[in-house]
Amino acid sequence: MRVAVCVKQIPDPASPYDLDPETHFVVRPTDQVLDDTDRYGVEMGLQLAEQTEGTVTLVSMGPSGNLQGIRQALAMGADKAVVVDDPALRGSDALATARVLAAAIAREGFDLVIAGTESTDGYAGILPQQLAELLDVPALTFAKKVSVDGEMVRIERQTQTGYDEVEASAPALVSVTAGAVEPRYPTFKGIMQAKSKPVDSLTMADLGVETAAQQRIMSIRPAPERPSGEVIEDDGEAHLKIVALLEQAKVI
Amino acid sequence: MTRIWVFVEETDEGPATVGLELLTKARSLGGELAAVYLGRDSDENFAALGDHGAAKVFHLTPGDALPTAAAAAAVAVLAGQHSPDLILFGLTYTGRDVAGRLSARMGKTVLSNATDISIEGDTVTVTNEIFGGTTLVDTVFEDDAPYLVIARPKSFPAEPSGGGTPEIEEVSLPDVGHAGSAMVTASHTEVLEGPKLEEAAIVVAAGRGIGTEEGFKVIEELAAQLGAATGATRAIVDAGWVPYSKQVGQTGKTVKPDVYIAAGVSGAMQHLVGMKDSKVIIAINKDEEAPIFGISDLGIVGDLHKVLPRLIEALGNR
Ligand SMILES: Cc1cc2nc3c(=O)[nH]c(=O)nc-3n(C[C@H](O)[C@H](O)[C@H](O)COP(=O)(O)OP(=O)(O)OC[C@H]3O[C@@H](n4cnc5c(N)ncnc54)[C@H](O)[C@@H]3O)c2cc1C
Ligand SMILES: Nc1ncnc2c1ncn2[C@@H]1O[C@H](COP(=O)(O)O)[C@@H](O)[C@H]1O
Repeated sequence: MRVAVCVKQIPDPASPYDLDPETHFVVRPTDQVLDDTDRYGVEMGLQLAEQTEGTVTLVSMGPSGNLQGIRQALAMGADKAVVVDDPALRGSDALATARVLAAAIAREGFDLVIAGTESTDGYAGILPQQLAELLDVPALTFAKKVSVDGEMVRIERQTQTGYDEVEASAPALVSVTAGAVEPRYPTFKGIMQAKSKPVDSLTMADLGVETAAQQRIMSIRPAPERPSGEVIEDDGEAHLKIVALLEQAKVI
Repeated sequence: MTRIWVFVEETDEGPATVGLELLTKARSLGGELAAVYLGRDSDENFAALGDHGAAKVFHLTPGDALPTAAAAAAVAVLAGQHSPDLILFGLTYTGRDVAGRLSARMGKTVLSNATDISIEGDTVTVTNEIFGGTTLVDTVFEDDAPYLVIARPKSFPAEPSGGGTPEIEEVSLPDVGHAGSAMVTASHTEVLEGPKLEEAAIVVAAGRGIGTEEGFKVIEELAAQLGAATGATRAIVDAGWVPYSKQVGQTGKTVKPDVYIAAGVSGAMQHLVGMKDSKVIIAINKDEEAPIFGISDLGIVGDLHKVLPRLIEALGNR
């Protein structure tokens, strides 16, 4: 199976970042890492490719100056990467991202597309569904387990109260929940090999995609603050304070 | 302005609560209000939609296939015929699947995670929370209507309006070929004891601080004593200690109980967005620097394995 895995590079969540009050764009620290939630997609893609003697191509949209995050995923074992970077994409909305990724994936060819259910920094959580529609394939979403049997892709789809078993034949898209698989750590060999794996850099013109943002951020303001109460050290009696507060809240 | 549609799917307990919340909100925005209902034929459910303000219901009946691709195609056709200004979805699995596909189909972007929506003239402003709810972002649509918005559950109360029986228009799900071919072959429901997490007056939630899977027992004991629901952080759901249905937060449930007790929970942004609007928040954490204390009414710096057993005993002696 040819597996395309969508991966997003994001500013390291460990380093603080902010929104530019003028342009309303995210001001990113220069270090970019692989979105932690996409490691699950990469692992899933690798496992399915291994089972089916297939390939894993990473597809990503975003600034390509720094490919640290992409190299991380290549070091896990992906075969190649396609990165779409275009100044016109700065501040692009969810649909524009989906159009770009769909064009890049279609250009590569695929049997299965894998994405995370939501990114850590954007968490719009609808890109996989948009992609599936643009690629005209079924979307097996919110998968906590995935298996492939010939052309048939089966998942356990998380629901509010449990899960459903859902299946469709390839080509298809799967969105995987965090925790669905245990992502592998890159080996030393993997890290060395990643340095020479192909990374194609594409622009919108290469893909023949044009997009115009359909939304504009008008203001960014602090939320009304929730006053925090007292913080006490447990001296063996602290539980009595809880009892008192529960009484006050009239729940006991 | 304004013609507003609210997408509502059927759940085990009738129309999805978030759908009723959005109908209530849409009523306050004024104009003509309809529901797009994906579920089995049920007069009771139609009545609930009408009671929350839907004058009309477009009724889509799912078959054995995952209905989302076909539902999106059906809504796109309806939208072409009726030109709604705004289509609202709840942040549920089905809501996201239909909204995402509809967005791509119609070439309209979606604003997700909305916690507020306002309309002034022709301008629709959508508010969402970032950085764990400490910062609000207002975004407007620049393109032409219809505008697509996905809103977080519990952003608005669900209040009946005493509205009448809605007019029902049956809409058949079109055949969308391969895209609509995903089949649901089985459904599994977890058996949950005690009150429902989203509705409980008290929630006792645990984080990695419970230490082991066994550590959840004290949480359950306290919850049983209080008649509370138990909740969890993603850390212990991912660890497999508790089922996903207990997860509170950005990718889990949103709760607003009278009292939320967080034990061994650090207070990551993604957890806070799911519980910060609880009336009273009590946190127990070993680390006095834990961010959860920043939004707590009562913070106890201590070992939950000491504090909670004493609390259970004290409550038992009352
Ligand atoms: C895209 C995305 C979505 C996410 N969605 C969610 C979500 O929906 N819900 C969610 O919860 N998380 C979510 N997360 C994860 C979130 O970022 C945190 O990792 C998670 O909430 C941390 O869980 P925790 O507080 O249990 O664990 P930790 O952060 O490890 O905290 C454990 C705490 O327990 C305390 N502790 C340890 N021992 C004791 C003791 N004996 N007594 C008292 N205290 C003790 C420690 O001091 C610490 O503060 C998401 C992350 C991402 C990237
Ligand atoms: N810029 C991007 N490049 C590649 N994949 C992306 C990008 N944005 C989102 N995705 C994928 O889509 C999933 C959902 O993202 P989002 O809709 O931003 O919450 C992520 O987990 C990624 O797999």
